[in-house]
Amino acid sequence: MIEVQHLVKKFGDFTAVNDLSFAVESGQVMGFLGPNGAGKSTTMKMITGFLRPTAGTARIAGIDICDNPLAAQTQLGYLPEGAPAWPDMTPRQFLDFITRIRGLDKSAARQAMIRAIGMTELHGVLDQPIDTLSKGYRRRVGLAQAIVHDPDVLVMDEPTDGLDPNQKFQVRQAIEEMAAHKAIIISTHILEEVDAICSHAMIIDRGEIVAEGTPSALAARSRFFGAVSLTLDTQLLERACKVLDGIDNSRYEVVTRGVETVISVFADTAQAPATDLLAHVRDLISQQEWPVRALALETGRLDDVFGTLTRKPRPLADTANVADGGGA
Amino acid sequence: MSQLWTITRREFAGYFSTPLAFVFIVVFLLANGLATFYLGAWFEMGQADLTSFFMFHPWLYLFFLPAISMRLWAEERRNGSIELLLTLPVPLSAIVLGKYFAALAFSALALALTFPVWISVNFLGDPDNGVILASYLGSLMLAGGYLAIGSCLSALTRNQVIAFVISVVACFLFTVSGAPLVLDIFRSWAPQVLTDTLASFSLLTHFRAITGGVIDFRDLVFFVTLIGVFLVATMIIVDMKKGEGA
Ligand SMILES: Nc1ncnc2c1ncn2[C@@H]1O[C@H](COP(=O)(O)OP(=O)(O)OP(=O)(O)O)[C@@H](O)[C@H]1O
Ligand SMILES: [Mg+2]
Repeated sequence: MIEVQHLVKKFGDFTAVNDLSFAVESGQVMGFLGPNGAGKSTTMKMITGFLRPTAGTARIAGIDICDNPLAAQTQLGYLPEGAPAWPDMTPRQFLDFITRIRGLDKSAARQAMIRAIGMTELHGVLDQPIDTLSKGYRRRVGLAQAIVHDPDVLVMDEPTDGLDPNQKFQVRQAIEEMAAHKAIIISTHILEEVDAICSHAMIIDRGEIVAEGTPSALAARSRFFGAVSLTLDTQLLERACKVLDGIDNSRYEVVTRGVETVISVFADTAQAPATDLLAHVRDLISQQEWPVRALALETGRLDDVFGTLTRKPRPLADTANVADGGGA
Repeated sequence: MSQLWTITRREFAGYFSTPLAFVFIVVFLLANGLATFYLGAWFEMGQADLTSFFMFHPWLYLFFLPAISMRLWAEERRNGSIELLLTLPVPLSAIVLGKYFAALAFSALALALTFPVWISVNFLGDPDNGVILASYLGSLMLAGGYLAIGSCLSALTRNQVIAFVISVVACFLFTVSGAPLVLDIFRSWAPQVLTDTLASFSLLTHFRAITGGVIDFRDLVFFVTLIGVFLVATMIIVDMKKGEGA
C-alpha cells in the first residue's frame, strides 16, 4: 500500500533523508523510530505530499504522490507533527470541514464523524474552540481528522505524544483495531509502543535506515538477547556474585536500584544455548535457596538496540561545527 | 467547485472568530468618514456626489487591505495548519482562490457598510447614481487588486508583520506610479511613452477612470489581469516552497 522508493531530501547542503526505501502492506503497522532530527517527520511530509522530494518518490495504493498528488491523498489520512489545526474552529466545525473537503455526502459524513469522535472520545469538547483545548485533546482532534474518512493508508507523526495513559491505551487499541485493513505508519519515541502495536519497526538515523524488521527480531539484536536476568535483594548481591563467578564461560552485569538488584548473566560464547544458561542459573538459585524476585530469559531490549545503533559518534566535521557554532 | 466553496466559507467564517473583524470594520468606516468629511471637505463642496468619498479609497486601502491579506498564508505557516491544508486532496488553485474570495468578500462587506453615505447623498441632493455604482465597482476592483498582491506576498513569509509591510510597500508602488505628482516628475524628462506605460500599470489610473463614471472594458481587463497574475504567482510561490522545505 505504501511504497517508498529511494527518497532523498536535502535542505541546502544538509541531507535530512538519504535514499530511504521501504514498503508497508495493508494489515501492517510500521513503527518509525529514530533520534530527534533523524528525518522521520521529513520522510512523512514527503510521503503525504507536503514536501517535494529532492529525489525518489512514494506510492500510495499504487499512485505516485509526486505525479498524482490528489488521487494519492484521497487514500490517505495524515496526522502531521504537533497535530496542527485551525485554532478558531471547534472540533465539530473542523471535522465537518474535513468531511466536506473530502467529498463525503451528508449521511456518510454524519456516520464518519460519529465513528471518529467515538474512537477519540471527543464528546466533551466538541463545541469548544480548538485554541482552548489541552494538548492531549488537540492531539485527539488531529487523530479524528486523520481517520474520519476511513482511509486505506494512515500516516501519523507521534500520535500518542501528550496523551494521558488512558488515552494512550485507547489510541493504541484504536490503531490495532484499524490495522487489519489499513497500511499504517507511525513515528514514536515510546519504544514500548512499538512492541505493543507495531508489526514492523524501522530505526533511522541521520536520514538512513540503520535497522529494520519485526519488533522482536530487532530486539533480538540487543546484547541482552539470551541473557538471563535475575532480580533479588541488594543484600544478597555479594553472595550471588561469588557464586556466579563460578559459572564457566559467562560474565554478568549488575544494576542496583535501591533494595532491588538486577543481575544479567551473559553466556560468553554462542556455544551453549541460552536455555542451558537459564537452567544452570535456576539450579544455582535452588541450591543456594535465594529468595529471587524474578528470573527471566531476556528476549532482547529495543532501547538497547536503539541506543547502540543511533549513538555512533558524529563525523569530526560535525563536532567542529558544534564547537564553533556557540557564538553564531 | 464545492471544495472551493467549502474553503471560501471556512476562511470567511474565520474572519469573524475574533472581535477583531468588527473592530476592523468600525475603524475602516470611521477612517472613511474622517477622510471624506475633513480631508475631502464634503460639506463645503456643496455638491451632491461621492467624489471626495471615493477619492481617498486608494490611500485608505493601502493600509487596510494588507492588514487583511497578511494573514492569508503567513498565519497558516506559523501555526502549521498549512501542512494539513496542502495534504488534503484539494487542488492548490481551489485553496488560493478560496482564501482570496473570502478576503474579497470581507472587504466587500466593509465597503458595503458605507451605504449610509450613499443614502445621505441621495437625501441631500440628486446625485448621479450610475456614477456612484460604477465607483463602488471600481473601489471593489481596487480592493481586489491590493488583496491579490497581498496574498502573493503573504505566501513568502511566516511572519505576518513582514507580510504587512512588504504588501503596503508593493501596493504603494503600484498606486503611486499613477499619481499626478509622480507622473509630472517623469514627464519632465522621460518620453511620453514611458510615462504612459508607467501610468497604465497603476491601479490608481484605472480606478480614477472607473470612478469618473465611465466603465471602460480595458480598465476592467486591467484589474482582472492584475488579480489573475498575482494569484497565479501565489500558487507558484506556495508550490515552490514545497520543494524548499515549505
Ligand atoms: N524546512 C527545513 N529546513 C531546513 N532543515 C530542516 C527543515 N525541516 C527539517 N530540517 C532538518 O532535517 C532534519 C530532520 O528533521 P525531522 O523533523 O525530519 O526530524 P525527526 O526525525 O522528525 O525528529 P523528531 O524526533 O525531533 O521529531 C533535522 O536536522 C532538521 O533540522
Ligand atoms: Mg518529527
